[in-house]
Amino acid sequence: MGSKKKKLVSGITLAIACAFIWYGAARGEIAVVLNKAVNICLECIGLG
Amino acid sequence: MGLKVSVKRKLFQVIAFGYSNVHLLNFKGGKIYEGKWKQFCNPGLNCYSCPAASLACPIGALQAVSGSMNFQFSFYVVGFLLAAGVLLGRFVCGWLCPFGLLQELMHKIPALKFKLKKGFLYIKYVILVVFVLTLPVAATNYMGMGKPAFCQYICPAGMLEGGIPLLLTHQELRQTIGSLFYLKTAVLIVTLGGCVLVYRFFCRTMCPLGAIYGLMNKISLYHLEIDKNQCVNCGKCAKVCKMEVDPVKKPDSPECIRCGACAESCPKGAICMGFTRSSSERFIHKLSE
Repeated sequence: MGSKKKKLVSGITLAIACAFIWYGAARGEIAVVLNKAVNICLECIGLG
Repeated sequence: MGLKVSVKRKLFQVIAFGYSNVHLLNFKGGKIYEGKWKQFCNPGLNCYSCPAASLACPIGALQAVSGSMNFQFSFYVVGFLLAAGVLLGRFVCGWLCPFGLLQELMHKIPALKFKLKKGFLYIKYVILVVFVLTLPVAATNYMGMGKPAFCQYICPAGMLEGGIPLLLTHQELRQTIGSLFYLKTAVLIVTLGGCVLVYRFFCRTMCPLGAIYGLMNKISLYHLEIDKNQCVNCGKCAKVCKMEVDPVKKPDSPECIRCGACAESCPKGAICMGFTRSSSERFIHKLSE
């Protein structure tokens, strides 16, 4: 991949990533992540 | 005089391990950190059920959201992974991943060392597709909730960082040990044994995060470049690469963790890593003027 094309693809991907983060946060995904992360995940420790 | 790349990387790894696991005192009481920082993902693999963990594991978070009642796909976590991937690629694995550092320490244990057969490298993509992306969405209960299949059946980081410390401090958890626990203990033993024998065994064969960042190495802004005008094809870079990559042939290899060993070994200084355009491009530009 040429340097210019690579930069273009990287830029577009970064823009999509930012849009995804914003949309995910706006529809309440952060609360799901937080809720999962602040409680002991029984599956993770081999008990779930 | 600047620090050698290998020393810089070790420092980065220790700092990343530190910020990922700030709450060391929680080991004593077997509690986990419950603060707001856990709404943010760690770029590397670090179980959020580890008592010391300060951030959320991105692979666990991805499965938690896609397996929840309300959502089938996590834009938030995928966006985070895309951003980390496009900015850094597998630099995350080489410099920032806490489990990567643990694997490297395991590999320092004196024992016979082996190279990895190429076919093993593809296992991590199968794990990513089946256990991380498909099962949490497809294998749901009557309420439409799926389980984090990778965390449940495979992740050795969860057992090592979360399972063992929590089971040591919680009698009530020990009483619920069943066949799943033994399965995960077996996976942990195989993984740790594999890491002693093969450099970054888990990272290369099983890690879904490594698979994602590896695919993004091709477009990541932090990258490796070879100055073809200075390279004398001596092969030293390929020889020192513990990930068994030939950086001259494939500087964007999905297996390259940007550790910098190749750049350090190059007698001509033909390999550079970073965000900026390489000296080779500037050199070619000067020649064409």
